[in-house]
Amino acid sequence: MTHQTRAALLIAALAAAGCTNGNRFDNDASAGAGLNAGSGVDSGIIPGSANDPASQAYFQQTVGDRVFFQVDQSTLTPEARATLDGQAAWLQTNSDYLAVIEGHADEQGTREYNIALGARRANAVRDYLISRGIDAGRLRFVSYGKERPVEVCSEESCYAKNRRSVTVLAAGLTG
Amino acid sequence: MRRHRQRFGASPDHTKIARADRHIGLAATGLALMILLLGSVLVMTTRVAAQGPLRIEITEGVVEPLPFALPLFVAENAEAQALAAEVTQVISDDLTGTGLFREISRDAHISRVTSFGAPVQFADWKAINAQALITGSVSASGGRVVVKFRVWDVFAQAELGQGMQFASDVSGVRRLGHKVADQVYSRLTGEQPYFDSRVVYVSETGPKADRKKRLAIMDYDGANVQYLTGSSAIVLAPRFSPDGSQVLYTSYETGFPRIHVVSVGDVRSRILEADEGVMSFAPRFSPDGRTVVYSVTQGSNTDLWAMDIASGATRRLTSAPSIETAPSYSPDGSRIVFESDRSGTQQLYVMPAMGGEAQRISFGDGRYGTPVWSPRGDRIAFTKQSGGRFHIGVMRTDGSEERLLTASFLDEGPTWSPNGRVIMFARETQGAQGASALYSVDISGRNLRRVRTPAGGSDPSWGPLQ
Repeated sequence: MTHQTRAALLIAALAAAGCTNGNRFDNDASAGAGLNAGSGVDSGIIPGSANDPASQAYFQQTVGDRVFFQVDQSTLTPEARATLDGQAAWLQTNSDYLAVIEGHADEQGTREYNIALGARRANAVRDYLISRGIDAGRLRFVSYGKERPVEVCSEESCYAKNRRSVTVLAAGLTG
Repeated sequence: MRRHRQRFGASPDHTKIARADRHIGLAATGLALMILLLGSVLVMTTRVAAQGPLRIEITEGVVEPLPFALPLFVAENAEAQALAAEVTQVISDDLTGTGLFREISRDAHISRVTSFGAPVQFADWKAINAQALITGSVSASGGRVVVKFRVWDVFAQAELGQGMQFASDVSGVRRLGHKVADQVYSRLTGEQPYFDSRVVYVSETGPKADRKKRLAIMDYDGANVQYLTGSSAIVLAPRFSPDGSQVLYTSYETGFPRIHVVSVGDVRSRILEADEGVMSFAPRFSPDGRTVVYSVTQGSNTDLWAMDIASGATRRLTSAPSIETAPSYSPDGSRIVFESDRSGTQQLYVMPAMGGEAQRISFGDGRYGTPVWSPRGDRIAFTKQSGGRFHIGVMRTDGSEERLLTASFLDEGPTWSPNGRVIMFARETQGAQGASALYSVDISGRNLRRVRTPAGGSDPSWGPLQ
C-alpha cells in the first residue's frame, strides 16, 4: 500500500471518526474485529478479543493505548516511553494498521491553548514512534484540547488521566 | 473629573447639585448623578439647565441607577394588546439589565397614560421621583407592528430628543422593543447602544464526558435562539464577521479541527482553510471583513497565519517554535493581539497586522489568554489564570491599568458588546456535574448577570448593532 493510499484511508477514517462523539475507540473494542482474520487462527483465542495479541482490544488493554503528561507539559515520561515502546513493537508486527494519535488536555486552561497543547503531546508521541521505526505515513495526529475528558471530576486525580495522548488504531487493509 | 466638579460647583446649578446631595444621590433635581469613579472618587456630573439634556454619565460604574417610569405602551387596537405588553417588557428588561437604570414600579404611578398623544402630567412623575419617562404606543394590523415612543425629561418638563416610530412584522416585535431601548439608552447616556444585537455561541448539552456542541445565534438577551449546525461534530469558538452576516468557527467535522465559515442568512457553510489534514483553529475576521487571522499547527508548533478570503492567499505571521494562538485585530486593523507561551507561560503580545516584532503587554502573575481588542480600541479583554482561579479582565493596549472583573473556577473567552461597555463570557462550574453558561459583566466589574439561554453555552461572540 502506498503512503498516498494510506493517507487517503486515514483521512477517511478520521472523517468517520469526526462524525461520532465520545470515546468510541476507548470503549468499542470490537470495532476492528475481523480485520486481522489472518492471525491467531490456530488457538482457542477468539479473534478480535483482548486475548488475541493482534486485536485492537489487546493493543488498548495489554500494550496500553495511552500515555499521560505532567501539567502543561508535553515531555514523555519514562513510563510513557515504555508504553510507546510496546506500541511501536505492536505496530511493527501489525503493519496493516494506521494510527491516529489524539492529544488531550485537562480542563485547567483556555480552549485554544489546550488545543495547541494537545497537539504538542500527540506530536511528541508521533515523533517517538517514528524514532522507534514506525513509518511516518502510518501516523497522524489530532488534538481535542479539553473537549474530550475521560474523567469528569475537577481534581488532580481526574486531570492526570485527562492529560493524555491516545493512540487510536485506524483500520488499514490486509496485504 | 475634579475639573468637572469644580466647574459645576462654580456653575449656576450649584444649589441644585447641593440639593441632589441631600436626596442621597437620587439626583432629585434631575440634573445630577453620583457616579463612582475608580478609587471611589465621587463625581458629580450634570447638565447646565436649559442647555444639555438629562444625562447619566457612565464612567466606572454607577452607584445610583437613574430612576425611570415606563407606563405600559398603549395598545392602539385589540390586535396590539399582547404585543404592547411584550414591547414594554423588552424595553424594561433592556434598561434595568444594564444596572444603570431603575424602573419605578407601575403600582406607584399616579398618572395613567391612556393615549400616546395626551399631555404628560409632569408633576405626577416628579412626585414619584421618575427622572426619565418613556411613553409609547403599539398598533398592529395584518401582521405589521408599529411602535411609537417618546422620552421625557421629567424635571425639565421637556421631551428628550424626538419621538420616533419603528415598524416590523410580528416576528420582529422584540427587536422593536430593543430599538426603542437603544434610543432611550443613547439619549440618557450619550453612548452608542447595544440592545439590538445578536450573539453567536456554542450551545452545550449532555454530560461533561460527552458534551454535545452546536453553533447557535441568539439575541443579546438570550431570546430567539437559532441553531446553525447539528451536534454530530465538535464545534468551537464562532466569531461574527464585522457586518454580522457570516460566522467563522472551528469544526471537527473532517476529523481535524478546521476553520469553517457559515452564512447567517442561508446557514450554508464551507471549509475556509484549504490544507487537508492540517489543524487550523482560532479564526477571527479583520475589521474590514476581508482577512481571517487564525492558528495553524504543524508538528508540535502552532503559529498565526492570515488568509485573504477572496483569493485564498495565505501569509504566515509568526514563526516562533512556541504556541501562538487566539489572535484579535485592533479596530483599525493595524495590529493583532494574541497569546503566546514563548516566554514559558501564556502571555499577551501585540504585533503589526502583517506580522513582525511583537511586544509583550502582560506582566502580572499568572497566565493570560484569549485577548480581544475592544471596539473602541483602547482596551483589551482577556482570560487570566492565577492562583487556581480564572478571571476575565481588561487592560489598556500597552498592558497598563489591568483590572480583573470576575473570578471563578473557570471563566473564559470574553467578547465585547458593540459599544464596548459590556463583556460577555463563559463560566464553567466545577466537578462532575459541571456545566457551562454565558454571563455578562459591565467593564466596571459591576452587574454580573447570567444570560438566559435554553441550554448551556460557551464561546460567545457579540455581533454588531443591527
